[in-house]
Amino acid sequence: MKHQRYRLPDGGRIDRTSPVRFTFDGKSLEGYKGDTLASALLANGRHLLGRSFKYHRRRGVFSAGPEEPNALVTLGADGADEPNIPATMVPLSEGLVARSQNAWPSLRFDLLSVNSMMKPLLPAGFYYKTFMWPRKAWYALYEPMIRRAAGMGEIGQAADTSRYERRHAHCDVLVVGAGPAGLMAALAASKAGARVILADDRDTLGGSLFTDNVEIDNQPGVDWATRLALELSVTDKLQVLRCTTVFGQYDGLTFGAVERVADRGDPGETGPRERSWVIHAAQAVIATGAVERPMTFAGNDKPGIMLAGAARRYLNQYGVRPGRQVAVVTNNDDAYRTAIDYADAGADVTLVDTRAQDTAPASALIAHKDIRTFYEHGVVTAGGKRRVKRLTVGSVHAEEKSWKAETIGADLVCVSAGWSPTNHLLSHLGKKPTFDPDIGAPVSREPGGGLHVCGGAAGTFDLHKLIETSVETGRKAANAAGRKKRNKVNIPWTDDPVPYAYTPYWRHPGKAGDTHTSFVDMQHDVTVADLELAAQEGFHRPDHAKRYTTLGMATDQGKLSNVNALGLLAEMGERGIGDIGTTTYRPPYAPVALGAIAGSIGADAFRPTRVTPFHRWHKRLGAVFTDAGLWRRAYYYSRHGPDFAGAVAKEVEAVRETVGVVDVSTLGKFEVRGPDAATFLDRVYAGPLKSLKPGCARYGLMLREDGILFDDGTVSRLADDHYVLTTSTAHTAAVAEHLDHAAQVTWPDLDVALSNVTEQWAQIAVSGPKARHVVSAIVDGLELNHEDFPPLTVGSGRFGNAPVRVFRLSFSGELAYELAVPARRAEALWEAVMEAGVNHGIMPYGTEAMTVLRTEKGHIAGPEIDGRTTAEDLGLSRFVSKKKDYIGRRMSERSALTDADRLQLVGLLPPGESGKTIRAGSHLVTDPSQIGQSTSEGHVTTAVFSPTLGHDIALGMLKRGRDRHFDRIYAVFPMRNEVVELRVRDPFFIDPRGARADV
Amino acid sequence: MRIPCPWCGKRSRDEFRYLGDANVKRPAADADDKAWVDYVYMRDNPAGPHRELWYHAAGCHSWLVVTRDTTTHEITDVALADAKS
Repeated sequence: MKHQRYRLPDGGRIDRTSPVRFTFDGKSLEGYKGDTLASALLANGRHLLGRSFKYHRRRGVFSAGPEEPNALVTLGADGADEPNIPATMVPLSEGLVARSQNAWPSLRFDLLSVNSMMKPLLPAGFYYKTFMWPRKAWYALYEPMIRRAAGMGEIGQAADTSRYERRHAHCDVLVVGAGPAGLMAALAASKAGARVILADDRDTLGGSLFTDNVEIDNQPGVDWATRLALELSVTDKLQVLRCTTVFGQYDGLTFGAVERVADRGDPGETGPRERSWVIHAAQAVIATGAVERPMTFAGNDKPGIMLAGAARRYLNQYGVRPGRQVAVVTNNDDAYRTAIDYADAGADVTLVDTRAQDTAPASALIAHKDIRTFYEHGVVTAGGKRRVKRLTVGSVHAEEKSWKAETIGADLVCVSAGWSPTNHLLSHLGKKPTFDPDIGAPVSREPGGGLHVCGGAAGTFDLHKLIETSVETGRKAANAAGRKKRNKVNIPWTDDPVPYAYTPYWRHPGKAGDTHTSFVDMQHDVTVADLELAAQEGFHRPDHAKRYTTLGMATDQGKLSNVNALGLLAEMGERGIGDIGTTTYRPPYAPVALGAIAGSIGADAFRPTRVTPFHRWHKRLGAVFTDAGLWRRAYYYSRHGPDFAGAVAKEVEAVRETVGVVDVSTLGKFEVRGPDAATFLDRVYAGPLKSLKPGCARYGLMLREDGILFDDGTVSRLADDHYVLTTSTAHTAAVAEHLDHAAQVTWPDLDVALSNVTEQWAQIAVSGPKARHVVSAIVDGLELNHEDFPPLTVGSGRFGNAPVRVFRLSFSGELAYELAVPARRAEALWEAVMEAGVNHGIMPYGTEAMTVLRTEKGHIAGPEIDGRTTAEDLGLSRFVSKKKDYIGRRMSERSALTDADRLQLVGLLPPGESGKTIRAGSHLVTDPSQIGQSTSEGHVTTAVFSPTLGHDIALGMLKRGRDRHFDRIYAVFPMRNEVVELRVRDPFFIDPRGARADV
Repeated sequence: MRIPCPWCGKRSRDEFRYLGDANVKRPAADADDKAWVDYVYMRDNPAGPHRELWYHAAGCHSWLVVTRDTTTHEITDVALADAKS
C-alpha cells in the first residue's frame, strides 16, 4: 500500500514535516503531528477498522468526534490494554499501539460474520425469548457463548500503572465547549470580570471552525479561533482546559470533567495521565455544539459511509480525502459545504437532496460547480462488499415499491439528516428538552437554574447570530454570577455563505430497502426492523423501545441514534415526533476511565489509617496489628510466644497472675459539661445517673430510640457539671452523632456542651494482681489503695507535670486501673508503666488477649451488641432504670422486645471440658440432623480458647437461654460440616462474684 | 450537592450525614403507642420542599434543618436545629 495515499499534498492543519509512527493490528503506519488515530488510518487507506457488536459487519470511521459508533479500538498492549476507545478522539502520538476489536480470527476474515446471514433470526428481544429455559443453561452455556460472540474490546488484566489525580475547582462561569460559541461566551464572561473555566474535549480550540470553510475578521475561521484561544489562554482569571470532557452535571451546578493530560502531548508535561475535575460553578454556559444525524437506508453502515461534517473535517483539518467518487446525501443545507469542499478538492461529487431544489437555499451555491444533483431523491440501498461502491437512489415521491431506481457510483458517501443540539449536560438533572420542528431535534433553550446555552447546543446554526448570542449569553452568565464590568466585546465580522434550512426525512418512503440492514444504532446493531418489531409488540414509547432493542445503550449512549429513532418511531406510530417524548440523558456523556475518577485514592490512600499515640511502642515490641475500623490496633505481640495461640496465652496468663498493660486509646471519649449535664446523661443512658456522685464511675448502656441496645461504656463524674464518657471503639462516630442529636434536636433547651476527645487522651488499662504496685509508682497526688480508691472510683492525679485521670474500672475481671494522659505524653506514660512493672513481670497485651479475658469473665462486646439484642437479652436489666424516661425506654417495652422466646446470652462449653474447637458464627440446634433456618435456636457470638481454664469457651445467643442452663445443644457450621456438642451454662466462666477485682 | 452550613459556609455533601424528616417531635414518655410508632418509624416522603435533618459530621458537628426540594435538590433554607426561635 502506498504511503498515506489518501493524504492530499497540501491543506489541513497537520504538520507534514513531523511524521508520527504508530501501529494498527501489528502493522507499522505513519501519520503526521496533528492527526487523530482515525485521520491517520484514513490517510493510510484503512477504511475497515472493526467488526460490529452483534452481526460482525465491517465497519469504518463514521464520525470525527466523541459520537463515533464504529471505529472503536483497543489501545496499549501486554495487559495494560484499554478497550473501546473511539479512534476519532485519540491524538496520534509516536509509538501508539492500537488494534481492532470483536473480530476472530482476523478483521478481514471474521468467522462470526455468519451472524449477519442469520439476521432475520436474531431480532430484538431474541435473547430474552430464546435463552429463557432451562435456567441453568443460561449461566453454563448461553451467556458465555453470547458474550464471546457479541461484545466490545477486552480489558487488560494487568494492574493499571498510570498515574491519576482528582482536582476540585471553583469558578464564576464554566463554559463547556470552545467552538466559536464557547470562545465568545468565555471572552464576554471574562470581560465582565468573571473567573472563567473554559473546557473542550479537543486538543485544539475552535470546534466547527476546523470543519467549515468560513471567514471571520477577514481570515479563515480557524486562524481567528486559534488567535482568540491564544489570547484567552493568557487571560487573567481564565483557565483553559484542553482535552477535557465535561461528562456530567450534578446537583448545585457541580460538574464532573476528565482532562486527558497525556493526550495533549505537551512537551515537559509531568502531570498524571488523566485528571478528573469536580468543578463548582456559580453559572455555566453550555456551548457543546451539535451532532450530525446519519441517514437511514439499507447498508448505511458500510465502510466509506460517514457523516458529511466528518468527511469535511477529514478534508479540511487533516488534509485527508478518503474517496474520489463522492456522494453527498442530505435533507439540509449544511451538507452542501461538504459537496463544495470535495468538488474544490478535485473529487467527483454527486449530491442527493431529499428536498426540492427551491426549498434548498444552498443549491444556488453549487449551480456553477461541477456537481451532479438529484433533488427530491433519497437513498434506498448502499452496495459494495468491503466498502461502499454504489448507491441506489429513488424519488421521495414514490409510492410503496413502485419507485424507479437510479444507481450512483461512490467510494465515499457523506450523509446528513440534520443536526441535533448536544444537550446532555442540560438534561442530566432530569429536565427534558422540547422538540423543535425547525431543526428536527430536541433542544433546551431556557434551561434555567444557573445554566445558559448558546451556539449549536441552542440550535443556532447561523454564524453571525451564533457569535452575537454567545457574547450576550456569556455576559448574562457573568452578570448572574455577580460580575458586571462593562468592558466592550467586539463582535467580529463574519462571512459564511451557507445558510441552514432543513426538512424532516427519516427514511425512503418506498420502503424497498432491507430494513434488517438499515441501521439506527450502529454500535449496538439495532436496525429499522428491530424498531418496527418493538413498535409492533407495543414498545413504541422511546424508553420502552430503547430497553427492548438496546438502542442507545452502547458506549456512545445513542449520540447518533436517539433522534433518528424518535423520528422513525413517530412515523411508525403515525404520531408527532414532539408527542412521543425522549429518552433520559444520564452522565457520563462519554466513557470515563475509572482510574481518573479514583484519582490518587488507592492502596494506602484508599482510606485514612488511624494509629494510637502508643503506636511506635507497639511496633518496637513486635506487635502484630489488626484493623478495627480505621484504627490499627495491637492484636498480639509475637515475641510473647512461638505462635499466635502461644503468645495470646502468655498475655492472658500475665494479667491473671501478675500484671498486663493494654492500649485502650481507641475507645471513644467524650467530655460533657454544663449545668444540665446530669439531666442530659440521665436521658441518654438507660441506667440511673443522677445518683452518680463526683469521683465515681458507672457502667452505662445507651439504647436506640427503637429499644435495641446501641452501645455500652462508662460514665465518670469528675465534678458536678463535668462528666467523661467512654464508648466502644466501633461506635464512636455514631455515638457522637447520637449525642449531638439528643442535645441539639431532641432537647435543645438543655444547657450542655459535648466534645469528642477520643484523640486528645491516650489511655491504657493496667490489669492484674500487681496493678496497684505499678500504678501507685507513677501516679502522684492520689491514694490508690482499696479503701480510698475502691472499684468505680475516678480521680485526677499527676503524671510528672501532666494531668492523669485514673479510673478504677475492670474489663478483664482483675484488679485494674485505666490511666488517661494527654496524647503527647503517651510514650512517657508507657515507658514509666513498663519500668514500674518490670519487677512484677509486666507484659503488654493485645486485643485478642483482651477478648479472651472479657469472654472468660462473661463481659459483652461488639459481637453481642449486634443491633438486634436488648439489654434484657444480654442479662443487663440491672443497668436499666424502670423509673425514668430515656432514649429507647418506651419502645423497649414492646411485646416483641420482651418476649420470653427471645434469644438470651448464655455461656457455652464442650462437655467434659474436651479439646473441641468452637467456631463463632455457628448455629445452635437441638438436633444436629435437622439443620435449617427453622431449626436454628441461636448462634455462637464469641468463641475463644481459655488458657485459664484449658479449653474452648464461648458466648452465644440462645432461645430462652437463661432457662436452659445444663442443657445439651449442638453448634453446627454447615459450610465446614462441623458439629460440636456443647453444654449451656451462665456466661461467667471465672470469678462470677467479682472477687478478683475487689481487692 | 453543597449545603450552606451556617458556621462553615458552602460545604460538599460528603461532609454531612442525612437523617430525614425534621418535623418529627419526640412524644411524651406516656404518649400512646401510635405516637411512638409514628415518631420512631413513620416518615412522610414528600415530592417537593422538605425540612430535613443533616449532621455536619466532618465539620462543626451541628445538626441542621435543611429545606430541600426533593425533586430538584434545590436548598432554600438552612438553620441550626437548636437555634432559639
